[in-house]
Amino acid sequence: MILHPAIIALLVASILIAALVLYAFWYGVKILRSWDLRSGSSLQLELERRTYLISTVLAYVFGFQIASLFLLIYTADSLSTLFTGAMCAAGTFNVNAYGYPLLVLKLINFLLAGLWLIVNYADNQAYDYPLIRKKYALLLLLGPFIVLETFLQARYFLGMRPDVITSCCGSLFSVNSSGVAADLASLPAVPLQYAFTAIMAAAIALGVAVAVTGRGGYALFVAAGMAFIIGIASLISFISPAVYELPTHHCPFCVLQKEYGYIGYLFYAALLGGAVTGMGAGGLNPFRSVPSLVVIIPSLQRKLAFISILFHIFTSLLTLAAVFRSNLRW
Amino acid sequence: MGNWFERQRNIIDFTLSSLVRRKGKNLALLLVYTLLVFLLASVMFFTHALRKEASLVLQGAPEMVVQRMAAGRHELVPRRYLGMIKGIKGVSGARGRLWGYYFDPVMSANYTMVVPEDHPLGAGSISIGQGISRSRLARVGDFIPFRRYDGTPMVLTVREVLTTGSELVSSDLILVSEGDFRKLFGMAPDLYTDIVLSVRNAKEVATAAQKVQKLLPDTRPIMKSEILRTYDTIFDWRSGIIVVILSSAVLAFIIFAWDKASGLSAEERKEIGILKAIGWETSDVLLMKFWEGAAVSLSSFLAGVLFAYIHVFFTPVMLFEPVLKGWSTLYPSFKLVPFISPYQVAMLFFLTVVPYTVATIVPSWRAATIDPDSVMRS
Repeated sequence: MILHPAIIALLVASILIAALVLYAFWYGVKILRSWDLRSGSSLQLELERRTYLISTVLAYVFGFQIASLFLLIYTADSLSTLFTGAMCAAGTFNVNAYGYPLLVLKLINFLLAGLWLIVNYADNQAYDYPLIRKKYALLLLLGPFIVLETFLQARYFLGMRPDVITSCCGSLFSVNSSGVAADLASLPAVPLQYAFTAIMAAAIALGVAVAVTGRGGYALFVAAGMAFIIGIASLISFISPAVYELPTHHCPFCVLQKEYGYIGYLFYAALLGGAVTGMGAGGLNPFRSVPSLVVIIPSLQRKLAFISILFHIFTSLLTLAAVFRSNLRW
Repeated sequence: MGNWFERQRNIIDFTLSSLVRRKGKNLALLLVYTLLVFLLASVMFFTHALRKEASLVLQGAPEMVVQRMAAGRHELVPRRYLGMIKGIKGVSGARGRLWGYYFDPVMSANYTMVVPEDHPLGAGSISIGQGISRSRLARVGDFIPFRRYDGTPMVLTVREVLTTGSELVSSDLILVSEGDFRKLFGMAPDLYTDIVLSVRNAKEVATAAQKVQKLLPDTRPIMKSEILRTYDTIFDWRSGIIVVILSSAVLAFIIFAWDKASGLSAEERKEIGILKAIGWETSDVLLMKFWEGAAVSLSSFLAGVLFAYIHVFFTPVMLFEPVLKGWSTLYPSFKLVPFISPYQVAMLFFLTVVPYTVATIVPSWRAATIDPDSVMRS
């Protein structure tokens, strides 16, 4: 393990987040088992109060989750000097088998926490907690994921062994160990450019459909999810090389650096924002017919769809700017 | 949207005025919080600046150093090794170095004696670093006596005092001519301390190191990148150790914050009860508590970071200096270049604000769910 302040910060934060989520999980189970709105028992009253606590906890978890995602990437980047062959965060995540699963899980947890908050918001608007069981079932899914993330992060950092000089020999250690591969497998650029254009157009069109007519929620859910995945793939395949103007450099992390004007933060924020709002708008679709939500959900869906359109348009414009301003041509 | 902002603004207004109303209680919290941020931020700023300094110094270091090992110890290198290394393909140049340490019993300090490559000195003359000049009160033209390996004295004349610009590396340095060096330490003319070599293509350094190792199995090649990496790890490790030690302070702070947040005075409970009685909802009180936490965290965080910045870059760093910098009798005095990055701020945020927030969530919720009638009746 490397005793780096950032690693300590990340480990402490993830343990605290996991503890909070487990606390919420515990009351989630209680609510699922004994929630009964018609009852006036003291247990029911207590549970109704707990829901406030759990929404607050999840809102903080969501905030910490996104901040720690970027701190993790930045830390990986700054640690890259410690490993032979690692040039940036891409190589550091490859140091052991836990790096990339951790990163993927962090993204999934971010999306899940975002969706939970949207469902929670809709639920709190109604007078009779119509979605309470669904939202706590979703929490039961999120809980283990967060704990798994904490576990992976601990294993990832504890398993790091920097290649430093030892007293018995100098460079030989580093030369003999093969070093970590810093390259990422990337998909062919041109087909992916078509896919990216298509999915962004679809996500925007479906967003407009939901915002105007209120129809097409499920399709928007799928499109927003796909847009996120294809967006990340495109970032690796052709957007990053365009930003670096280097056809062989596919790293999705170096775009976060100062050298490229921090453009990566805008890109990730737009992708994540588009995914959460688009999937949230679509994910609320099955609850449109709940009596107490008949008025609330369509208007909320419209708002979310509208925000997702903005995010997707922003992603597209950012990509266009990056590709066309670049001196790299396909 | 305008409505939303208006609501937040009103709640912030109310929160700030109620914070000011309870000055004593909040000042104590602010003070402790600021102190914690200050300590952690000092460690981080200082380590980062030292790391930067070290990497700047090492930029001029040779690509690779080859040392000879005998029985696991560093040995002198014979001249013929130099020729063998020069024959390796890809090696563009190799040179034997002469350097060593000289213990001065008068000052009880170790000097670093180096025979310079491109700075010819006549026999009997030396150049000395600022640190030595300060402690021995030696100026240009003065004589400094040395004891040779066999105990006989040897007097050398100071020709030059090295400039302050390079003080981090040259404070305890003495530049001496090759002949004087060999006479002082009794070293045979065909031996060197170690060999430095340069490689034409930077990507081939590792391969060249492998070839050296194969050709001369009793040597160890050390690459510049490895030295840099080792320095990085050492500084990370040192600051990590301090952060771990300070984590007990963080823990104490969390307990303190938890206690402060859950120990509501009768007056505060009454205030929340009245607010709820006049129509505030639980979520409004939670929002108020959120802004309260944000105000406390933000002001302590900014103050702590600011004080740490001043402490590290504009005053002699009194706390932590010996641990983080290392120690030596002739330690150079140098100014650190002020530097602060969003990364450090994010790290500090996770070490202080996140624990504080987590510690206060449950107490805030407890306060927010107070029953108005039970409070006002009591």
